[in-house]
Amino acid sequence: MFVPARRKTDVRSASARSLVGLAPLALLLLAGCASRNDLYVLLPGQDGKIGALIVSSGGERRVLDQPYAAASVTSPGRVEGRATSEAEVRQAFGPALAAQPTRPVSFFLYFLADTDELTPDSKRVVGQIFAEIARRPAPEIVVIGHTDRVGAVAYNDALSLKRAEKVRDDLLKLAIPKVRISVAGRGEREPLVPTADEVSEPRNRRVEISVR
Amino acid sequence: MRSGFIALILPIALTFGVAAAAAEDAGHVKVSNGAAQIERAGQRLPAAVGQAVQQGDVVITGADGSVGITFRDNSLVSVGPDSVLSIDRFVFNSTTHQGNFDSSLKQGTLAVVSGKLAKQSPEAMKVKTPAAILGVRGTEFLVRTGPAKD
Repeated sequence: MFVPARRKTDVRSASARSLVGLAPLALLLLAGCASRNDLYVLLPGQDGKIGALIVSSGGERRVLDQPYAAASVTSPGRVEGRATSEAEVRQAFGPALAAQPTRPVSFFLYFLADTDELTPDSKRVVGQIFAEIARRPAPEIVVIGHTDRVGAVAYNDALSLKRAEKVRDDLLKLAIPKVRISVAGRGEREPLVPTADEVSEPRNRRVEISVR
Repeated sequence: MRSGFIALILPIALTFGVAAAAAEDAGHVKVSNGAAQIERAGQRLPAAVGQAVQQGDVVITGADGSVGITFRDNSLVSVGPDSVLSIDRFVFNSTTHQGNFDSSLKQGTLAVVSGKLAKQSPEAMKVKTPAAILGVRGTEFLVRTGPAKD
């Protein structure tokens, strides 16, 4: 007598549990054809830095700032945070991740004092640049000039561009013209060694060769 | 095989030379698999390796397609199969690193490594989907957008 009564109770509570479990699914169905399968994921940066992704949807806002933090959106304004894993991300985004272009690489060239001749070290670097170009599809070079902080900003912008153009012309003489090559002058904005204004610093008077 | 291909494209690259680099292409296709096209002013171009990408272009992939693009600010953008990505705005000042990179993923999957624009200014890079707007604080991220499957 006692045993069947207990069984009956168990059955009732089990069906209540399954109803609760179905509730999110019912909500999804209510959303009907507007229902979406959107997923936004923050990845750990390859350089070890973690940035942030700010997801705004229908007045809702969520900041993703941890590696593999994700937000799923089922309709505008319905934003849910959740964690993902490297394995899940590979599964969901495999082909897009596999199609990522090779990351750009920068080389730096230095000159012997008061000459336009490269230092012996920099001559070796030129060899590395050739090797880098050879292993990339549709390779491009950007020659970026930098200055130290002696002189006005506008002056240094012009000077850095002049340095970049000089190095570009040298590279062209080395029979590198087979790739797209462009120049940029960053002036004093990106010092290798931070200094106060008007400080002469040879390590900042450099030309960067970005291969991508 | 590969060197033959390079020998084939080198003269073409040469004719573009420095002058072409001065033109304001937003980026270039570096990886292309399967069905992949670029829609520009009503025309469809193959999204082949080396193809220039401009502001206003729409990148479209088929069921077996994927495309990887390196932009002028070193942003790396790739899409997976069945994707539609519109390059709404690309402006990059190579001296100040200021500008804007706005794109819209209408459907499919997208992987992004942000570049110099996002590093210079947190407002510079935005990705839109039909359901959300994403702000980018110098980072790597993934986007999937589309209707839920039944």
